[in-house]
Amino acid sequence: MSIAKLTVLLVGVVAVMCGGCGKHAESVTLAGSTAFAPFAEKLGGQFMAIHPGVRISVQGGGSTVGIQSAQQGKAQIGMADMVKLPPEADGLTAVVVARDGVAVIVNPANLVTNLSMSQVRDIFCGKIANWKSVGGKDALITVVSREAGSGTRSSFEQIVGNVKLTSGALVQDSNGSIRETVAGDSQAIGYLSHGLVNSKIKALIVDGVPCTVEAVVAGKYALVRPIFLLTKGAPKGATQAFIDFVLSESGQTQIRKDGLLPAK
Amino acid sequence: MRLSADKFAQYTFLGIACSAIASLMLIAVFSLKEGLPFILWYGPVEFLTSTNWNPQENQFGVGAMIVASLWVTAGAMLIGAPLGVAVAVFLSEFVPRPVMRVSKPAIELLAGIPSVVYGFIGMMVLAPLIRRHLGGPGLCILSAAIVLGIMVLPTVISISVDAIGAVPNSFREGALALGATRWQAVRMVVLKAARSGIVASIILGMGRAVGETMAVIMVAGNTPRLPHGLLEPVRTLTANIAIEMSAAIGRHREALFATGVVLFVVIMGLNSLAMAVMRRKGAR
Repeated sequence: MSIAKLTVLLVGVVAVMCGGCGKHAESVTLAGSTAFAPFAEKLGGQFMAIHPGVRISVQGGGSTVGIQSAQQGKAQIGMADMVKLPPEADGLTAVVVARDGVAVIVNPANLVTNLSMSQVRDIFCGKIANWKSVGGKDALITVVSREAGSGTRSSFEQIVGNVKLTSGALVQDSNGSIRETVAGDSQAIGYLSHGLVNSKIKALIVDGVPCTVEAVVAGKYALVRPIFLLTKGAPKGATQAFIDFVLSESGQTQIRKDGLLPAK
Repeated sequence: MRLSADKFAQYTFLGIACSAIASLMLIAVFSLKEGLPFILWYGPVEFLTSTNWNPQENQFGVGAMIVASLWVTAGAMLIGAPLGVAVAVFLSEFVPRPVMRVSKPAIELLAGIPSVVYGFIGMMVLAPLIRRHLGGPGLCILSAAIVLGIMVLPTVISISVDAIGAVPNSFREGALALGATRWQAVRMVVLKAARSGIVASIILGMGRAVGETMAVIMVAGNTPRLPHGLLEPVRTLTANIAIEMSAAIGRHREALFATGVVLFVVIMGLNSLAMAVMRRKGAR
């Protein structure tokens, strides 16, 4: 009796889990960059409203996962936010769909408002260890960085150039925890996607250019990285349709409204 | 008919039991398969003792992380073990039964709070406090030890309470009849009799502290460097795997599996120790 009940329950659970399958004619999976994932989700929702037969699902995992998933066919589209695609991405078709500024951030209580690129480099390398050297208070600098393999980190280090991260740097594994760490520590410096700058932190002026949408669009702000959508071979069917939608005027307007920069 | 139902149940449960053991074996075999070749390629001594972890430059030494895991765990046990055992003694010896019947499940509920919540509170409340009053970046060994010390409490308390509860009442009565005070009876008789259970509870708590990941990532700062004080940020073995797994490929990925092998060995060691202690208790 109880075994029969258990069987019914198991069958029920499996049925519920499979309930989502088979309803859609075509499904497109995106995986990768956590910086672009929220935008892809929003755009995916709008796309599905226009094309009810297609299901768009978005997974995070980071840029490296995006490249891997596209190579292995686990996802139709991989998302990557890197200045230069690594050799692992060879053979993939890459389209730039947006650009993203990387803001260098400090605590609002910090007196420093601008740094030169070489000062940023020296701080992250550990050569400048006190805020006094760059016009701030006499206090040690707490460097906060992303983990090895993060797209934001590799972009930041490539654009700034020759960064060998100081061994004392704190490491956080997401844009959000970088922001919380810097917001809570008056001596901290970090970097994150510029769309995530809020009033709890202060974006620095780098080489005399503030990190604003206008400056990035005009090409004046140096710390900008492209966001790639990667497909194995030329995209076709719903995959092609979705990429076209992201590149369309309404897709690009949406991207801009949410704090990223349009592709062109 | 009845017999076949019995047989059915028997084989079903046998199957379930075997699958639990099989998954343990699979985890062990898989992490060894992925991690061991790397350890042999990199050199076991270099891998375990080097404190340079720099995947971009092919430097993979987990020495600093082993030290960090030990520091954080030791700190957590220094906070969690005395507090947990004291609470267990208080609950089982000095509090009326009904109070105990309410408070023990409440303490066990602590174990059900997701670790990310502990980590979040540690990050938002504890780390700023430490930064303000003790200096340093706030995300450090001390924060991690305090958060983990609280997280191991349910394990330590509930197993210790069971161990103390298993001490026959005649022991207490005997001690009291000989003129011992309540505290003397607890200290000299009850705690001695329940010792192996209490030790086991501490070791199980230690296993939880070594294996905890999310809360530690949020409060320890994750700097892969040998620490020189309680206020310095560290990266534990578990944090190393969790932080870099999503973005690791090639050698870097293998190095993380190798980190997993080290962690697996440490935790298996602690668990066998706990089992040995428990078995000694059973034999007596």
